[in-house]
Amino acid sequence: MSSTPIKKVTGKAVFVPGDDIDTDRIIPARFMKCITFDGLGEYLFYDVRKTESGENKNHNLNDPRFAEASILVSGNNFGCGSSREHAPQSILRAGYNAVIAGSFAEIFFGNSTNLGVVCVIASDADRKIIASAIEIHPELEITIDVEDYKIWYGDQFVPCEIKLGARDSLLSGNYDPLDELLVGAVEVSRTASTLPYMQA
Amino acid sequence: MGKSLFEKVWDAHAVRRLVNGQTQLLIGTHLIHEVTSPQAFGMLRDRHLKVQYPHRTFATVDHIVPTNESVEPYSDPLAQGMIEELRKNCADNNVTFFDTNTGRQGVVHIVGPEQGITQPGTTIACGDSHTATHGAFGAIAFGIGTSQVRDVLATQTIALNELKVRRINVDGTLPPGVYAKDVVLHIIRLLGTQGGTGYAYEYAGTTFDEFTMEERMTVCNMSIEGGARVGYVNPDETTFEYLKGRPYSPKGTAWDAAVEQWKSFASDPDCTFDDVVNIDASQIQPTVTWGITPGQGIGIEESIPTISDAPTQSERDSVAEALEYMQFEGGSPIKGKKINVAFIGSCTNGRLSDFQEVAKYVKGHKVAAGVQAIIVPGSQVVAKIAEDLGLDKIFIEAGFEWRAAGCSMCLAMNPDKLVGDQLCASSSNRNFKGRQGSPTGRTMLMSPIMVAAAAVTGEVSDARKVFGFASSGI
Repeated sequence: MSSTPIKKVTGKAVFVPGDDIDTDRIIPARFMKCITFDGLGEYLFYDVRKTESGENKNHNLNDPRFAEASILVSGNNFGCGSSREHAPQSILRAGYNAVIAGSFAEIFFGNSTNLGVVCVIASDADRKIIASAIEIHPELEITIDVEDYKIWYGDQFVPCEIKLGARDSLLSGNYDPLDELLVGAVEVSRTASTLPYMQA
Repeated sequence: MGKSLFEKVWDAHAVRRLVNGQTQLLIGTHLIHEVTSPQAFGMLRDRHLKVQYPHRTFATVDHIVPTNESVEPYSDPLAQGMIEELRKNCADNNVTFFDTNTGRQGVVHIVGPEQGITQPGTTIACGDSHTATHGAFGAIAFGIGTSQVRDVLATQTIALNELKVRRINVDGTLPPGVYAKDVVLHIIRLLGTQGGTGYAYEYAGTTFDEFTMEERMTVCNMSIEGGARVGYVNPDETTFEYLKGRPYSPKGTAWDAAVEQWKSFASDPDCTFDDVVNIDASQIQPTVTWGITPGQGIGIEESIPTISDAPTQSERDSVAEALEYMQFEGGSPIKGKKINVAFIGSCTNGRLSDFQEVAKYVKGHKVAAGVQAIIVPGSQVVAKIAEDLGLDKIFIEAGFEWRAAGCSMCLAMNPDKLVGDQLCASSSNRNFKGRQGSPTGRTMLMSPIMVAAAAVTGEVSDARKVFGFASSGI
């Protein structure tokens, strides 16, 4: 589906510290007993935010100063583990539309990009700068400039990286590939006809 | 110059190049289950699209199936709703469904191979990250998200970037008491949980040549824990022998033609790889994880790392976080940690040979007082054969619970869950915080034999000593 191009993402940000934040942490499996993605936003980072008895833990995600955040800032290997699209779906449905991390697990990255959730990579030092800046000024506006490979915080910026293919898809609004895949139907059946195991 | 299996299979399935530079890749075999497919069928309905190649999608139900109740409706109405939704979607779209009443239901990554659906030289996708399991047959197999499940249903293709290939050679003979599970935990320990990002892992070397298909599946299964979306072994006589006569394997003259074609997909001797890693099998120890990522593993004789051992600040933070969560002290031996639960099963280690090996050693032993030990076959086919061999009786006699087929305690989507901060010796694949269903539950990954040793002693133990392995040199 051709969507609106995503050249920039602007919003307030919240820092979720830690490397290897896995998809079970992003959305615990016990909340995946569902047949639609509706309502998943409520369970984003549930066990990170809540105690076993359901009370709020002392965490940035519960801090009213970051309640309006729409960008997540985190560590290395973000989204590792399961292929569940429930993870980026819960991020999106909880009101976030971008993640700044040190690196991303591959399946999570692909799933997020397909949904238009912008995932950019920044160095440890640069993420630390952003985390400190938003800790001091939670209202600080952050802008991820996908076209220009920059993360602006206030009137300063740090560089960021994004995979070329993903960048092109976001900039052109073609991040959901279904329409383009459907167009290739004739070529698909031609390729399938060359493979014995594909025959009915 | 020669080509790797990855390149050959990719080229045979590449339909065309997309505008953003990705490849439209034909997915020959699509496997689905109840957790990641219902939303995809919903998206298809919303767009009035139909399943384009229904004969190339196969379904089963595994994550939510209770392993201790067989009569529907299940006590969990959400689980009942999910199985019914899958039934309806398969019936409405003419998709083959290995339902609970077929005798062929089970964990999707065990069902595919045992039905002969998983074949060399094919592309296989499933909305499940452990899909690399099927790479054991020389297939390019990987996990996808639900929007991509939609794409496969609607077009039999997805948009994907080509991967680099890292060859991992493991040569030599594994010491007694060291298994395929230890090999993969060792590889992840060496290369890290994100070392494989952007790569397909080609597992090779004499150790893999000698492995059975089930051992190869155990290693390929955990490729994603090392960051690699794809892991595979080149097909050989062991592969063909396994597949011969399976329900979906080619028959008669088609079999001979298929074997010839499958052989042609193997990596050429003169092909080059983006990276090569060599590992000496004789150096691999029974390996146990002490932390909250699969890369945090050590040999059974080693001590848990201390915070100050870690070279960088971010690693020190990771060790500190893991020690706090696991309630372990840095520098203490891994051996002797008291366990509450022992779990043998999952798509990593829920196959017949896992149970045969455990049965051989637990005979005559008893599960320690206070430990709950459960053994869960990966499929109804595995359960049937194990029961015909009397393995269930051996386990029950030893104090294990013998359950029905499913994902069980590998993840928290059915009644098998840890409670509070219980410590579980587990043959599964992930030790993430809360993975086994309790937000404070603790998981230690290890081989099925090591789980059995922990079960009978009540603590993390060296299975070679507990079960008196011959010529272990210790």
